[in-house]
Amino acid sequence: MEIRPILSALMRSKVSMILIGLQVALTLAIVCNALFIIGQRLDLMKRPSGMNEADTFTISSIGFGQSFDVQSTINADLNLLRSLPGVVAAAPTNAFPLSNSGWSSGLSLAPGQRTSTANTAFYFVDASGVSAYGAELVAGRDFKPEEISFRTPNDEVMPRVAIMTRALARQMFPDDSDPVGKSFYFGGEEGEPATVIGIVDKLQAPWVSASMVENTLLLPSILTGGSSSTYLIRTEPGRRDEVMKDVEEKLATANRGRIVRGLRSMEERRSQVYAEDRAMTIILGSVIVALLGITALGIVGMASFWVAQRTRQIGTRRALGATRGDILRYFQTENFIITTVGLIAGGVLAYAFSLWLMDRYQSPRLPWHYVPIGFVCLWALGQLAVLGPALRASRVPPAVATRSV
Amino acid sequence: MFSYYLQLGLRSLRRNPILTALMVLGIALGIGASMTTLTVFYLMGSDPIPWKSSKLHYVQLDNWSPDEGAGSDDRPPDQVTYRDAVALMTAAKADRQAAMYKISLPVQPENPDVKPFIALGRATYADFFGLFEPPFAYGQPWGRDQDAQHARVIVLSHDTNETLFGGVDSVGKTVRMDGVDYTVVGVLAKWELRVKYYDLTNGAFNNPEEFFMPFTTAIETKRRSTGNNSCWRSPGAGWEAYLDSDCVWIQMWVELDSPARVEEYMAYLNSYVEEQKKLGRFPRPLNNRLPDVKQWMADQEVVSRDVEVQVGLAFAFLVVCLINTIGLLLAKFTRRAGEIGLRRALGASRRQVFMQFLIESGVVGLSGGLIGLVLTGLGLVAVRSLYRQYANVTHLDWAMVMTTIALAILAAILAGLYPTWRACRVQPAAQLKM
Repeated sequence: MEIRPILSALMRSKVSMILIGLQVALTLAIVCNALFIIGQRLDLMKRPSGMNEADTFTISSIGFGQSFDVQSTINADLNLLRSLPGVVAAAPTNAFPLSNSGWSSGLSLAPGQRTSTANTAFYFVDASGVSAYGAELVAGRDFKPEEISFRTPNDEVMPRVAIMTRALARQMFPDDSDPVGKSFYFGGEEGEPATVIGIVDKLQAPWVSASMVENTLLLPSILTGGSSSTYLIRTEPGRRDEVMKDVEEKLATANRGRIVRGLRSMEERRSQVYAEDRAMTIILGSVIVALLGITALGIVGMASFWVAQRTRQIGTRRALGATRGDILRYFQTENFIITTVGLIAGGVLAYAFSLWLMDRYQSPRLPWHYVPIGFVCLWALGQLAVLGPALRASRVPPAVATRSV
Repeated sequence: MFSYYLQLGLRSLRRNPILTALMVLGIALGIGASMTTLTVFYLMGSDPIPWKSSKLHYVQLDNWSPDEGAGSDDRPPDQVTYRDAVALMTAAKADRQAAMYKISLPVQPENPDVKPFIALGRATYADFFGLFEPPFAYGQPWGRDQDAQHARVIVLSHDTNETLFGGVDSVGKTVRMDGVDYTVVGVLAKWELRVKYYDLTNGAFNNPEEFFMPFTTAIETKRRSTGNNSCWRSPGAGWEAYLDSDCVWIQMWVELDSPARVEEYMAYLNSYVEEQKKLGRFPRPLNNRLPDVKQWMADQEVVSRDVEVQVGLAFAFLVVCLINTIGLLLAKFTRRAGEIGLRRALGASRRQVFMQFLIESGVVGLSGGLIGLVLTGLGLVAVRSLYRQYANVTHLDWAMVMTTIALAILAAILAGLYPTWRACRVQPAAQLKM
């Protein structure tokens, strides 16, 4: 392919070339960084919570008046819930994954240790807790009914046995392959340590954007803050919605001295807790589509203009023996050259954007492969956009050369 | 002359509808994207109480652990302890002061048709109403004496009064909450805040509370905060120990009418903390802060990083759209060299040609701006459905509408400058030869 005539023609319309090149450069830089951000958000959103989210929901109750007895209400509610058809497991709890609300604190290895070894979320549950979360117990044992007691947030002494997630165990006891039976302390407490009796494979903390999101400690107590209680209910597969309705109605009629609220499936919670991340992916996605569209239209517009401007030259070339294919390739090669120059500048710009994002928002560095993939996509886009005008150019009859415009 | 050029411009745009549509669409898309994000950014970050935001100061005391700071960059905790809040309220060194925390209470309506419900409320002091100036529909705030008496009084929001009393003047009536009767002393008119700046810790885009009651009453009835609570060491057993602990769960605001008063108040805070140090509290170096409303909003990153990135991206997109428009205008104007040559030969000056083509660019900008305005409206609807909590910061106001159109015209004229300049340099002789 004869590059020299193309180059010399381009040099005559430098400004147009620079404009298209700039557009391609900016498009590449924005698309690469936006795609990278979308990828990061999708990674966040697809992390499993460790729960059986499809079949599980939560509901809360808040009693009012002096005569309300929270402990007997919880016992009655649990008996009721466990007797309902379709319920596989029901447990009282203070917190659960994807809710962004809960209790966290530090754990340590030595009594009176000043800085904690690991931070973790606390889930206070009874003996059905692990089953209600749908978590998988991979070592040790579950809580026994006789280990369960009621407690309030003002109680000082924590339970002496606990089940932890594998991630928390790895952070607490990095050198031990079997953490079951190991001792630890809460905060800076002294005296007798608590013991790990079981390990669950995975169960996220409530805060999805926290660095300690995989650290969770299950404790055998029913935590009652004032007159409220919350239940986690897992149903037989496919029966969740029907059981949800049933539970709301039965709890409300079982006790008129309270308000039943907060009926929500875990799937609904997942969509709410990641709403901002999903919004970001949708917004960035729309910007990418619009940007590619505008750039493609820009190339179509400029190429059409050039074709119109050079109609006579094309006719002359055809008359001197150039084939249709020659004309087609001429415009395609021209587009390839402009796009390539733009892409090289855009590659530099993409890394500059990435550096700025790293500096301003501590975001991770743009992985190198985004830029070459962007190159291929924009080359393809450019060739596609130029195809229409180039085909039109190739159909210019040689006779045009003889007419005066 | 202006209207003639306008006519010429419109005619020329009609002559080449596809090219024109491409230019207008490009500007409209760029303007729509950038104005949508800019509106959210501007409404989130704008001053929620401009007439006194520099006089309202948030109190931060560093009572955190000797081993690690409460926040990054050595920031003190974003709330204060009960004992410090009460000490500052008792000293009353500011022009106005209010400690506050978030509560939720079950409401038992007298009307049997209204089911009991949970209401979110704020336990605070009488000065709250003077500090943040919520509008009253009926009655008035409770007084400082009622703070001291732990009075069973309540101020209802407009909506709560609608629910409980059908919107009539309910001052003097009682509301039963969790078995206790409270007398209504005031009812607010509709109070909508873009940013709930007085409690950024528990959700900057939440709505104001459904009721307000004295802080002292809430403490006497042992109401725990339903908002954020942080402790760096175990508070110990029981309610009294919790009140006496180093756990932070209260927000504290003061009004200081001049920079000199701010300095005085800071000096008072420092001497208070020095006193407390003698009692063995406040193990960290002195680190008290008194950010005003805007500073506090910046510290708490009310305008989220996502929104900032979106604004940056949208403007980069606008630049691409403009480059696109420059290219297309260039193509369009170059094709009309013959017409320009003819006009020049017939006596039009370069200046006149320049004006004619600039006005044509302006027409493109105006059309793009009008369509962009529609796109901005649609964009805001989309943002509202994507981020439910942003309902109060996704509205176009007149300032933003005017900005949109001005930005579009400016953008199109900027884009038209170079092509216009090129058009003016056409030599009449070269064009008329044929």
